[in-house]
Amino acid sequence: MGEIKGFIKYKRKDVEKESPESRVKHFNEFTLPLKEADITVQGARCMDCGIPFCQSGCPVGNIIPDWNDLVYRNQWASAAERLFKTNNFPEFTGRVCPAPCENSCVLAINQPAVTIKNIELSIIEKAFGEGWVTPRPPKIRTGKRVAVIGSGPSGLAAADQINKYGHVVTVYEKNETPGGLLRFGIPDFKLEKWVIERRLKVMYEEGVNFITQTNIGIDIPIKDLAKQYDAIVLCGGAEQPRDMPVPGRELEGVYFAMQFLSRQNRVNAGQLIEPVEAISAKGKKVVVLGGGDTGSDCVGTSIRQGAASVQNFELMPRSPKERTEDNPWPQWAFIERASSSHEEGCERDFSILTKRFSGVDGRLKKLHCVRVEFSAKDPVTGRQQMKEIEGSEFEVEADLVLLALGFTGPVKNGMLDELRVDIDERGNVKTGTDRMTNIPGVFAAGDMRRGQSLVVWAINEGRAAAESVNRFLSEPLR
Amino acid sequence: MIDNSGFPEQQGLYYPEFEKDSCGVGFVTHIKGEKSHEIIRNGIKILESLSHRGACGCDPLTGDGAGIMIQIPDEFFRKECAKINIDLPPEGEYGVGFIFLPPILEERSQIQVWFEKVIKEEGGKFLGWREVPHDSSKIGTVARSVEPVLQQVFIGLGKNTKPEDLEKRLYIIRKQIWNKINTSDMYQKTYFYICSLSSRTIVYKGQLLAQQLDQFYPDLADPDIKSAIAMVHSRYSTNTFPTWALAHPHRMIAHNGEINALRGNINWMQARENQLKSEIFGNEINKILRVIAPNKSDSATFDNVLEMLVISGRSIPHAMMMMIPEAWKSHETMSQEKKDFYKYHSCLMEPWDGPASITFSDGRYVGAVLDRNGLRPSRYCITSDDIVIMASETGVLPVEPEKILVKERLQPGKMFLVDTVEGRIIDDTELKHQYAVRNPYGKWLKDNMFELDDLPEPKEVQGLNEKTLSERQKAFGYTLEDSKIIIQPMAVNGEEPIGSMGSDTPLAVLSYRPQMLYNYFKQLFAQVTNPPIDSIREEIVMSADILLGCEGNLLSETPENCKRLRVTHPIVTNRELEKIRNVNRGGIKSKTLSCVFKKKDGVRGPEMALEALFKEADQAIKKGFSILIISDRDVNSENAPVPSLLACAGLNNHLVRQGARTEVSLVVETGDARETHHLAVLLGYGAEVINPYMLFEIIENDINNGIYPAGLTFEHAQQNILKAAKKGLYKIIAKMGISTIQSYCGAQIFEAIGLNEDFVKKYFTSTPTRIGGAGIIEVGESQIMKHNHAYPEENTTDNLLDPGGEYQWRQTGEHHQYNPQTIPLLQQAVRSGSYKIFKQYAALVNDKELNLTSIRSLLRFRKSNPIPVEEVESAGEIMKRFATGAMSYGSISKEAHETLAIAMNRIGGFSNTGEGGEDPARFKKDDNGDWRRSRIKQVAPGRFGVTIDYLVNADQIQIKMAQGAKPGEGGQLPGHKVSEEIARTRHTIPGVGLISPPPHHDIYSIEDLAQLIYDLKNANAKADISVKLVSEIGVGTIAAGVAKAKADHILVSGFEGGTGASPLTSIKHAGLPIELGIAEAQQVLVMNDLRGRVRLQADGQIKTGRDVVVIAMLGADEFGFATSALISMGCTLQRKCHQNSCSVGIATQDEELRKNFAGKPEHVINFFTFIAEEVREIMAELGFRRFSDIVGRVDLLESEDLVNHWKAKNLDLTKILHKPSVPPYVAIGHIEKQIHDLGRAIDLKLIEASRDAIENNTPVKFNSKINNTNLAVGTMLSSEIARLHGLAGLHEDTIQIDFKGSAGQSFGAFLSRGVTLTLEGDANDYVGKGLSGGKIIVYPPKEVKFVPEENIIVGNVVLYGAIQGEVYFRGLAGERFAVRNSGASAVVEGIGAHGCEYMTGGRVVILGPTGRNFAAGMSGGIAYVWDKNGDFDINCNKAMVELFRIETRQDLDELWAMIENHYRYTNSSVAKNILSDWDNIVGQFVKVYPTDYRRVIEENLAATERERIESIVK
Repeated sequence: MGEIKGFIKYKRKDVEKESPESRVKHFNEFTLPLKEADITVQGARCMDCGIPFCQSGCPVGNIIPDWNDLVYRNQWASAAERLFKTNNFPEFTGRVCPAPCENSCVLAINQPAVTIKNIELSIIEKAFGEGWVTPRPPKIRTGKRVAVIGSGPSGLAAADQINKYGHVVTVYEKNETPGGLLRFGIPDFKLEKWVIERRLKVMYEEGVNFITQTNIGIDIPIKDLAKQYDAIVLCGGAEQPRDMPVPGRELEGVYFAMQFLSRQNRVNAGQLIEPVEAISAKGKKVVVLGGGDTGSDCVGTSIRQGAASVQNFELMPRSPKERTEDNPWPQWAFIERASSSHEEGCERDFSILTKRFSGVDGRLKKLHCVRVEFSAKDPVTGRQQMKEIEGSEFEVEADLVLLALGFTGPVKNGMLDELRVDIDERGNVKTGTDRMTNIPGVFAAGDMRRGQSLVVWAINEGRAAAESVNRFLSEPLR
Repeated sequence: MIDNSGFPEQQGLYYPEFEKDSCGVGFVTHIKGEKSHEIIRNGIKILESLSHRGACGCDPLTGDGAGIMIQIPDEFFRKECAKINIDLPPEGEYGVGFIFLPPILEERSQIQVWFEKVIKEEGGKFLGWREVPHDSSKIGTVARSVEPVLQQVFIGLGKNTKPEDLEKRLYIIRKQIWNKINTSDMYQKTYFYICSLSSRTIVYKGQLLAQQLDQFYPDLADPDIKSAIAMVHSRYSTNTFPTWALAHPHRMIAHNGEINALRGNINWMQARENQLKSEIFGNEINKILRVIAPNKSDSATFDNVLEMLVISGRSIPHAMMMMIPEAWKSHETMSQEKKDFYKYHSCLMEPWDGPASITFSDGRYVGAVLDRNGLRPSRYCITSDDIVIMASETGVLPVEPEKILVKERLQPGKMFLVDTVEGRIIDDTELKHQYAVRNPYGKWLKDNMFELDDLPEPKEVQGLNEKTLSERQKAFGYTLEDSKIIIQPMAVNGEEPIGSMGSDTPLAVLSYRPQMLYNYFKQLFAQVTNPPIDSIREEIVMSADILLGCEGNLLSETPENCKRLRVTHPIVTNRELEKIRNVNRGGIKSKTLSCVFKKKDGVRGPEMALEALFKEADQAIKKGFSILIISDRDVNSENAPVPSLLACAGLNNHLVRQGARTEVSLVVETGDARETHHLAVLLGYGAEVINPYMLFEIIENDINNGIYPAGLTFEHAQQNILKAAKKGLYKIIAKMGISTIQSYCGAQIFEAIGLNEDFVKKYFTSTPTRIGGAGIIEVGESQIMKHNHAYPEENTTDNLLDPGGEYQWRQTGEHHQYNPQTIPLLQQAVRSGSYKIFKQYAALVNDKELNLTSIRSLLRFRKSNPIPVEEVESAGEIMKRFATGAMSYGSISKEAHETLAIAMNRIGGFSNTGEGGEDPARFKKDDNGDWRRSRIKQVAPGRFGVTIDYLVNADQIQIKMAQGAKPGEGGQLPGHKVSEEIARTRHTIPGVGLISPPPHHDIYSIEDLAQLIYDLKNANAKADISVKLVSEIGVGTIAAGVAKAKADHILVSGFEGGTGASPLTSIKHAGLPIELGIAEAQQVLVMNDLRGRVRLQADGQIKTGRDVVVIAMLGADEFGFATSALISMGCTLQRKCHQNSCSVGIATQDEELRKNFAGKPEHVINFFTFIAEEVREIMAELGFRRFSDIVGRVDLLESEDLVNHWKAKNLDLTKILHKPSVPPYVAIGHIEKQIHDLGRAIDLKLIEASRDAIENNTPVKFNSKINNTNLAVGTMLSSEIARLHGLAGLHEDTIQIDFKGSAGQSFGAFLSRGVTLTLEGDANDYVGKGLSGGKIIVYPPKEVKFVPEENIIVGNVVLYGAIQGEVYFRGLAGERFAVRNSGASAVVEGIGAHGCEYMTGGRVVILGPTGRNFAAGMSGGIAYVWDKNGDFDINCNKAMVELFRIETRQDLDELWAMIENHYRYTNSSVAKNILSDWDNIVGQFVKVYPTDYRRVIEENLAATERERIESIVK
C-alpha cells in the first residue's frame, strides 16, 4: 500500500519549529504543523511491511501501516478509527512520545524512518478538528463499579477502557486537577494543557467520574473504597525521585526536577501566583543533573524563566552518533539525541560525577565534580565499571541545581502500606500477567507497576489492566 | 497381505487411489478387415519399439505391464478347443473370456462353479474352460510371485438369446460374477479379474515387459492366431507393486494420460446410476450396477463407463465424443451442428478431463482420440497396402517409404477411426458430422435450454445493509486484512492478490483462533504424471459453463434432456441470483434452504441444522424443485451461520448417497466466501453457482466511504470482482490440469488437513485426511466464537474488525514464526557470529508453547543415551547436506544471488541458480578462490538460459516440476525487471517481459519426465539429476515413479516455503506441509525398495537444527533453506518481493536499492554453521555419531501430548510416524547410484568419429542409422563440445552427420554450435529442444510418393527453449512448435496448435497452415507466416502480438534468406515455388510481431539513430 517506492521518491519531512530565539520567550508549544498535503506524502513512504516492526516497537501496538496508507489516500476518518482502536490518547503520544516505532521502522535500517509520530498527531488533531471525536458512551451499563486511583496516562487509559466496557468508573486524583505527570510533569511547551482538558471533557461526557484533591490512603483509607467498588486499579505512578545523597545536598538551591517543573506548570495554569521566594531560574546559573527527558524539560523551563546560564551534566558518557554493532536495528538506538531544549542554549557535558555541593549561608554556590570513565562491558553481566579519572576534579558555580536522576518507584507510605500489597524486587507493585495484585480485585498499572517509563507504555498498561478488570468482573456471570 | 489387486492396502501416508500410470500406446490394423497373423506380429513389434516408454522397478525383469487386444481369433480357438473337446458354435455366436484366477485351488474352483452358474442364469451356455499356455520362466520374479492362474472361458448362446444380444449378455454375466466374488470373503479374491469377455475381442496382458508378451503367451506366436486389429500398450506405473490386472488394454481402451477430474466423474456417475433407464436393459439395469468397479485406475474407470454407454446402445465414437469432447465453447471455426452436439451432451455428462491419448476398439471399429489440448503424442501412418499404424511415436514399425500414403498426427480433440467392416478410414470431420446431425440437437437446445439473460429482471435485489454490515462481517470471520489485502485488489484491478515469502502461520487446526473451514482444505495440483494448464495463454480450452436443473437420463437421447438453465459463469451477482431464485420455466424451480443455526443450540447447532437441511432438501426434491439455494442470509444476533462449505459439501455427499444428486443443482448464497480459494472449494464440493454477497456489500460500502480510487463505480468494481474470481478459479482448476468448471464441480480435488475422519467421511466423503483433528463440534465452537464477537452480550471497546495478521504480522493477530523477535535475533546472531544469540532465536522457534505452527512442532524426540558432542560428525560434514533455495537471478539481486553462491561453495553445500540461467563469467573461480557458480542448475518450464554450457557447468541439474509457493502455476518477470544483464543470462531481450509456463512442455506424463532426465544426463553425465516436487497426497507415489525414471535426487518442497511472488491463495492453500510430503515420499520409496537409489531433500520453512533433525528422521538426506538464508543476508520479510522495491537490496533490480544490500557470505556461513551445531547437539543428546544414522529413523520420534488445545487435541500422527514393514535389506536412506544406461547411446559412436573435430575443429562428415529408440541423439556429443568450448562451440558445420530413419525423441537436444544433423526420414517429439547453436535438417526419404508439405515430419514441442541455431523441416510439425524459443531460426511447412507460444526471440518461418492459438504469450522474436488462405488471423492469439505485412527491406531480406536456405538444405518444393514467384507470394506473408518486443526494438533503433545524428552534428 502507500506508494510502491514512495520511500525513494519522497524524502522524510519533519515538522518545523519556531526558532529557539523566539520560542524561549513563551511557554507554549512551538512546533509548526505540517501542511496536510505534506503529511499525506509522508504516508506514501511507508512500505507496509510484512512484519511492521514499527508496530512491534509501539507499546500500544498501533496498526501504523494501515493508517499511514489511509492518510496517504486521504481517508482521514478511517485512519482515525484505526488509531482509536489501539491508542486512547494519540494527542498525548503524538506530542511527547519518543517514537520507538520510528526507531524500529524498516526504512530506518538504511534511511530516515517514516514520520510516524507526526502522522499520528495529524490524524488525531484532524479528528478533533472535524468533530469526529465525539463522546461514545457504552450502550449497556453493567452496574459494576470501579475505582481508578491516579489520573496520569495509565489511570486515564484504564478509566477510558473500563468505562467503554460498561462499568462505572471513578477516578481519584490527589492533585487539584486530573492529568498526573501529563499535567504537572511535562512542560507546556511540549504539551499544552488544553489538550488534556479536551480529552477529559470527552471522558466526562462518556460517563467517567473524577474526584480530585483526594489522596487515597491519606485522605480516605483505601479499605473504604474497597467496600464501595467491585474493583480498584492502582495507577499512582512512580513518584519517588532518585536522590543524590552527597555532602551539601541540603543546601537551598538544590531541588528535585519535579518540584521545579510542576511549579511552572501550575503558574502557567494560573493555579499558582509566583511568590518572591519561589524556586525560579531567573537570572541564575543553573545546573541540571541528569541527561534524560526530565533533565531536558528542566533545561527548557530554566531558559524560559530567564536563567543566566544553563548547564546539563550527565554521568554516563556521550552516546555514539550512530548505532554500535551490539545495538543493532530494531533495538532502541542508544545514540546521541539533542532535545529541542538543548537547541535553546545549553551546555551539555558527559561522564561527570558530582561529588558534593558547597555553598554560603546555606545557599548553594558550587558543585564539585570529577570526570569518570567506564570500562568495557562485561560479556556476562553487561555491566561497566565506573572509575574516577585522577586529577580531573573541577568546580562549577551554580545558584540552582535540579536533580533529574529518575525515579525509584511508587511512594509507599499511605495507600500501598495500608494495602500491604506485594512489592517486586525493583520496588514496584507486583502483579501477575493479568495486572492483578496479591489482593483480589485490586489491580495495578502504569509506572506504579512497571516503574518509570514512557507515556505510551502507561497507556498500554492502563488498557491491559482494563481488559483484566473487565474479565475479572465478567467471570462470575458465566 | 500380498495380493495382486494392484496395490497394497492403505498404510501410513500411502493411499492406493493416488497411484498413477501412463505409457505408450499403439495399434496396427488392416483397413479392409483382412485378418492375418502378421498384424499381431506387428502389434508386438510396436510394443517392443515403445518399450522405452514403459518402466520397470526394483526388479529389472518385472515390467509395469504390457498387453494386446485382438479380434477373436476364431480359427485359432477352433483348433485349440477341438483339442479340449469344446464344441464351438459358429463365429460370432460365442464369447471368450480371459480370466485371471486365484492360485488357491479351492477358491479357483469355487469361482469357476459360480461362473458357470451365472452363465446359465443369465442366458448363456457354458462351453468350457481352457488353460492358457504360458511360460513363467520368461518373466520377472516379482511378477511371478503373484502370477494368477490364467484361464479362458467359452460361452455360447443360451436358448432364448439372439446373437445380437450376445455382447449384452456377456456384459451382464461379467458384472454379476464380479459382484458376487467382490462381495465374497475369499482370501484371494483380488486375484480374480476378467481381462475381457466378448464375442469380438480378446485381451492378452499381464505384468510383463513389452518384449516378454509373446514369450509369455505362446498363443500369440502361433501362426494360426489372426486378427485385423492389434491394439497394444506398454505401461509405466509410478509404483513397483505387482499389478497384473491393471495392465492395458482394458476391455475397450488403452490409455496414455490421466483423468484429472476423476473423483468428480466417479461421484457424478454414481449419482446417475439411480436415474439410469434403458430400453436395452429394461428391468435388468440393476444387474449392471455398480457401473464403476471401485479402486481401479482412472483408465479402468473410464473403460467401465465407456463400455456401459456402448452396450446400452451408443456407438463407440459417439460415446467417446460425449466423454472427451473437443474444446468447442470458444472455437472460432467449428460448425454449429457440432457445437450443438457437444452442448447437448454436456447436459448428460461432464468431460472426463485430462491429458489423454486413448485408443479404442470394439472389434469392428478401431480408433483413437486425443484430449482437447493435445497433450499426448499420437502419430499415424497409412500405407498403400491398407495398413494403418498408430502409436505414441513414429517409426515404431518399419515401412518402406514408397508405400506410405499419409503420415499424420492426431490433433487436439480429434478422433481417428477405422471401420474394418466398411473397410475405410473415417476422418474426424466426416465422423463427427455424422453424429452431429443424428438428431436435431440445435432445435432441441433452442426449444429447451435457456440462459440467465432470458429470464425476467427480478423485482427486488438485496443490496448493501450498512447498519449491520460490520456485525455480519464479524460473524463470518472477516478481518481488516480481508478488505485491504484480498478484496481491494480484486475490486480495483480485477486481479488476484499477490504476495511473497511463503506462509509461517499455524495450520488451521493448530491456530488458537477460530478459522474458516476453507482453511482446512488444501488444493491439489498436477505434477509429473499430468500437466497443469496455462489458463491465461491457453484460454481457448477453458470453459466456465454451468447447467442448472435436473439432469436427464444418460442412456436416452431426448429433447427433454436439455431442459436446463445455462449459466456462463459460476459466480453470480445478487441480481443474477434473484433471477435463479425466481426461475419457473421448463419445470425448473428453485427452493432456498437456510443454513444457519440457533446460537442457543450451542456447539451442536451446526450438526442439528445440517440434519434439518438434508431433510428439507430431500422433501424439496420430492416436490420437484430442481435448484436448491443454500443460503446463510438469515444470520443475525440469534442465528449463526453453518459454514457454507460444510452445508454445501454435506448436502452434496448426502444427495450422492441418496442417488438424488443429479436431480438438483446446488447454488450457494453465502457471506463467508471471499477468496478464490473459498469459491474453488465450494465448487469442488458440489456448488454449481455461488453468490458471495458479502463481497459485493463490502465493495459497495468501501466505495461509499471513498476507500477506492475516485471514479470506480459499484457496477465496475463488481465486474472486476467477477473477473478476478473467474481468472483465479481458472488458475486453480488449471493447476490440476482441468479445463472446465463443469468437470471441476464436485471433483473434490483437495486434501483436508486437521479434520477428523468421521467428520470428513460424513460431509466430505472420499476426501483424504491423514492426521485427524477437529470435527463438527470444533466447527460449532468456531462459529459461536465468531458470532459472540459479532453480537457481544457486553460492550466492546471498538466496532472495528480485528486486524487479522494472517498475511502481515499484527501485534494482536495470528502467530508468525518469523516475527519481530525472531528476525532480529537471527540477524544479530549471524552478524556477530554469536551461537549464543542463535540459540535464543532457535529456542523461540522451537518452543512448542509459543510456536504451535507446524506438524513438526507436534513431534518430539524419544529419550535415549547421550554421547559427548565431540564424538558427533563435524559441522563441516553436516553442512554438505544443506542447499539454498531456487531463487533466480531476477527474483533476487545479483549481489544477493552471488553472496549465497559464494557462501555455499565455501562450506561445500549447494546454491541454486533458480529459473534464470547463470552468467558464464561465474563458471570460473574468482582470483581470491571464491566461486560464484551455483552447483545446482535449475531447469524450469521457462528454460531461460538453459544452454548446453549451463548444463555442463552443473553438479546437479534440478528439474522444477512445481514450487512450494505456487505449485502448478507459471511465473512472470515483467519487462521493467528484465535488465540488460538479466536479459543476457536468460538469452532474451532487455525490457521485454518473460513468461514461464505452468507445465514443462516436454513433460505431460511420467515417461516424458524419464525422457527429460535422460536428455539432461546426456547433456552432463557427471551431474546428478534432481526432480523437485511439492508435497501433496500422492507425492510418494510420484516420487516412486520419478525414482523409476532414474532421477538421482528428489526434492520434496512443503507448501509453506517458497520466497517467490505468488497469488496469496496459492501461498496459503495449495500443497501440503513438508512433514507429510517427506514422510509419504520416504514411506512409498521404501515400500517399493527404491529409496536407496535416490537422495531425498526436503524444504519448507526449515529454520533450526531441530527442524533438520525431525525432517531427517522422517526421511530426508538433505535440506533446503531459502527464507532463513535471505533473513541472514538482511531480509526483514517486507513481503514485497514482487514490487521490485526491496529496501534492503535483496529482491530488487533497482540500482539504488541494490546498494543497500548488506549481506555477506560470512553471515550465511554463520547461519549454516549454527544450524549444523544445533543438529550436532541434538544428535549427541540422542546418542548418534553419524548423520546418516538418523535418516529415516522415524521410530526416534513420538507425538506430543495436546490435550490442552481446543482444536488440535484429536490430532493423530501415527500415519506420519508409520514405518513400512519391509525386509531388513531394504534401504531407508541413500546408499547406491542409479544405473543410467548411457552406454547404449549411439552418441558414443558419434563422439568417437568426431574426436578430432571436437578437439581441433577439424571438419568431419559421416552417416549413421537411426530409429525411434535412439533418444537424444547429438546431446552427449554436444556435451563434449561444450566442456571444451562453452556455448561458442565449433565452427559452423564442423561435424556433419547424415541420418536415415525415424529419430527417437529429443533429436538434437541442446545441440552445440558446429554440429549439423541431417535426417532423411522423420522425427518424434522435442526435436532441437534447448538447441544451443547446432543445425538440424529433416526431410522425407527421397523415395516417398506422398506430398511432403501435407505430411508430418517432426513431432510436438520442437525447439522448446532453444537458445540459438537453425532448423529446417520439409513437412509439417506437431503442436507447440518453437515454444519458448529464445533465439533459434526455424523454417517449417506447417504446424499444429499453440505455435510460437511463449517465444521470446528468434525467427520462425511457417510456409503453411498453423493450428489455433498461434503466438499465445509470445513476447519476443518474429514469426513470418505464409497465410496462403487468408485465415491466419482467426488462428492467431493477438493478446501480445500485432500482425504486419512484409514491407521493410530488412524483413524481406531476412525472409528470402531463410527460405532460400530451406530450399538449399531440404530441396523443398514449397520453398522453390515461393522463391520463383517471390513478388506475388511475398504479399501473402504475415509478420507476427510482439508488441513489447517491437517497442523495445524501435526504441533501440531510435536511440541508435539519435546517436548517429549527434555524432554527425559534432
